[in-house]
Amino acid sequence: MREIITNVATNKKPVWTKKDLLGLEYLSREEIELILHTAKSFKEVTTRQIKKVPALRGKTVVNLFYEPSTRTRTSFELAAKRLSADVINIATESSSIKKGETLIDTGRNIEALKIDIIVVRHNASGAPNILAKAVRSSVVNAGDGRHEHPTQALLDMFTLKEKLGNLEGRKVSIIGDIKHSRVCRSNIWGLTKLGVHVTVCAPELLIPEGIEKMGVSTTSNINEALDGADAINVLRMQFERDSALAFPSKGEYFREYGITEDRLKKCKKNIIVMHPGPINRGVEMSSEVADGTNSVILEQVTNGIAVRMAVLYLVATAKR
Amino acid sequence: MKEKAKILDKETIQKAVQRMAHEILERNKDKKNLVIIGIKYRGAFLAERLVKAIEKIEKTKLLIGALDITLYRDDLTEVAEQPIVHATEIGFDISGKTIILADDVLYTGRTIRCALDALIDFGRPAKIQLAVLVDRGHRELPIRADYVGKNLPTAQAEVVEVRLEESDGKDEVVICEK
Amino acid sequence: MNSILIKHGRVVDPANKRDGVFDILIKGGKISRVAKKINEKAKVVIDAKDKIVSPGLVDMHAHLREPGREDEETIETGTRAALRGGFTSVFCMPNTDPALDSPDAIKDLAKTIGKTALSNVFIIGAITVGRRQEALCDFSAMREAGVRWFSDDGSSVEDPELMVNALKAAKKEKLLLIEHCEDKKISKTGVMNKGFVSTKTGLRGIPKESESIRVRRDIELAEKIDTRIHIAHVSCLKSVELIKNAKKKGIRITAETAPHYFSLTDEACQCYDTNTKVNPPLRTAEDVEAIKIALRENTIDAIATDHAPHTDAEKGVEFDFAPFGMIGFESALSIAIEELVDKKILSWPELIKKLSLSPSKILGIKKGTLTEGAGADITIIDPEKKWVYKKEERASKSSNSPYMGKTLKGYAQDVIVGGRLVMKERKLGVCS
Repeated sequence: MREIITNVATNKKPVWTKKDLLGLEYLSREEIELILHTAKSFKEVTTRQIKKVPALRGKTVVNLFYEPSTRTRTSFELAAKRLSADVINIATESSSIKKGETLIDTGRNIEALKIDIIVVRHNASGAPNILAKAVRSSVVNAGDGRHEHPTQALLDMFTLKEKLGNLEGRKVSIIGDIKHSRVCRSNIWGLTKLGVHVTVCAPELLIPEGIEKMGVSTTSNINEALDGADAINVLRMQFERDSALAFPSKGEYFREYGITEDRLKKCKKNIIVMHPGPINRGVEMSSEVADGTNSVILEQVTNGIAVRMAVLYLVATAKR
Repeated sequence: MKEKAKILDKETIQKAVQRMAHEILERNKDKKNLVIIGIKYRGAFLAERLVKAIEKIEKTKLLIGALDITLYRDDLTEVAEQPIVHATEIGFDISGKTIILADDVLYTGRTIRCALDALIDFGRPAKIQLAVLVDRGHRELPIRADYVGKNLPTAQAEVVEVRLEESDGKDEVVICEK
Repeated sequence: MNSILIKHGRVVDPANKRDGVFDILIKGGKISRVAKKINEKAKVVIDAKDKIVSPGLVDMHAHLREPGREDEETIETGTRAALRGGFTSVFCMPNTDPALDSPDAIKDLAKTIGKTALSNVFIIGAITVGRRQEALCDFSAMREAGVRWFSDDGSSVEDPELMVNALKAAKKEKLLLIEHCEDKKISKTGVMNKGFVSTKTGLRGIPKESESIRVRRDIELAEKIDTRIHIAHVSCLKSVELIKNAKKKGIRITAETAPHYFSLTDEACQCYDTNTKVNPPLRTAEDVEAIKIALRENTIDAIATDHAPHTDAEKGVEFDFAPFGMIGFESALSIAIEELVDKKILSWPELIKKLSLSPSKILGIKKGTLTEGAGADITIIDPEKKWVYKKEERASKSSNSPYMGKTLKGYAQDVIVGGRLVMKERKLGVCS
């Protein structure tokens, strides 16, 4: 409460002016903090008996998903509904070869239906950027290719802030398929802007060229990544994709990089264990760790709704 | 904005709060179910003061809550400046309670309408009564206050500014011209 | 007989090592006289004071899309755009539909060119039938049809044995092979240069080695067979080093680059503008620098546009799905002036040489010169004029250029092809 009073006194109110949320690369520290602050208020709403406020009454949100996703879509849908917005889900496939409607045409058609916010998930990196340029509706990125997944990173940061308070100077390690992970890229942008020391850890082939220029340290040694970390964010290994090339078997990956109770014993006592889900138990981490006291995985899911409510609220009421 | 006149000072504000506390107690004999909820931010400070005043008189401490009504505003997407959303802090079940809803200024009545909607979302109170430090008139909705610190006839071009120690460093109510 | 007199212009003619103020008289489609002062009467007189009078520019690498993709460009619209850019001669690549892989295909297109082209157009033939990389085209039959240049541009000749055979056949027939250097096993499904920007944007990267390893192979093969080879659109430092060393060794290699490789880096891709998606991809600052130095040191002999038109619909998609290529005719000269002359990389005579005489020599055509008696292809350049490259004023059928909408400096003001004034003060149409 006092923090806001200071803001009133200095008359420096943080404002949201962006039409879209495309990625955390494009946000300032202040904008990220505003989202997290707003999310805190929305979290309170989600704990009420009646988990609904009329803030976006009369607004319409479309979930335009070019990639199958249950979790993110459900989370966005709940977030929109708890803000009293109307929600439509469109699941579709994209293809360069298939002679279908282009992304921009789809976007313009959706806009013609007087939709206020388009939440888009796409397998091509940058698709939300292209869509956002073509339509006047707000575009919220729900994950694009290997590029960004800003709301996931925001909910990770929100969860960390709940546990650690100020994040400045903290150490967070991101472990797993760095190369193909949009969650990782968004986390890097967001965390480094809040003053966190980020280390990314993966087998060498899964660390993409030039990632250290994003302001992170890199290592292929799991012990180095765990040592002194306040939190770890463990990414999903997608053996069905080309990450399989970097590691021959799930068993070997687990032996080399899997998070086990033994490994946690050597870490900071209260180290926070995060995972964006869905977990491959026995691959990225053991079941004991996933269900253990250090794990905040289910809290992440709960916080996801509050963070997405905040994002939808801010882009819908942005002063442009 | 030009200040035209000082309406209340530290002492008169204190007296007004004191008087409202007495009136609240007089009207509500059942102290057990009496709670005070202030509308953020200055209404919440007024609520704190009322609780203290009542404690002095009756030696009982009422439950207190703070309500953020941003999300219930009917002009949310039209207002010139995007309001910051703050957390609502009501740590008790309001069902069956008599709520004293506290705010600094009563003007069009729209804020109170939002607050009533918000409160109903939290449960079913027995009664809701309204306490305001200043009632400046010009209602746009059929809402009236049960407890008023100061009735202040104003012109619509005028602005009433309530300043409180907690948020503004000093206690005063002034009338300004736009 | 029509005659044109160009007066007071700064004549830059590398073929005759001429750079100074001269008058030029054109008669009967030929350059009749170049002298300090010509007082003869002419039907058309052009005052070229403060302008540069250059041999007509020669673009050795362009895609005119006819036949097959007339929605992207035609011989007519393509050559209009070429003239607007100051190019009087254009070499068109054979990756059309069907490919230009037979004497019949060549003859058909030559007919269209005869009917609709506004500039000179030379046809480059495909190396392999249908560009399918299986069998070589009949080089000698196509030579009969007038084709002396062969390329599978858009693809490299992947199979080394096929390349050896192609080089041998080219040597025998005295033909030039133009090689698009890209090892598909390395570039795979990449869409932009591999590096920090591809990592950041999440776009799949194309390593520089996909180009340089193929350049290395082709140099070795050309050396072994002792024949000429021309490397198209050089984009990176490593390729430049390889070509430089090969030239030192006396291997008969020539090379070209395109304006976007000395003016843009992969950072241009970070907004997912599909007009920046080209093959080879835009590289890094280090490469841009290397390309500039290579132009100055003559490691790279020529500047070509790699004009590659695509419709708005084709480019208006996700970066991953958009086709490679940007148009270049109308912006090339301006970009070259800004990046090379203004930044003191090349002098005017050096730039004009890279845009006219050098490509003419590589290709063995009698262009790029203002010698008395030569055919009168002339480009008059306003070197200082600031102009906006507006989509609605473009001549090309397509508009896929990252320079679209930008203010550029310098342009071709008047163009003469075969002694006829075909563009006068930026307006196209035969005026004499």
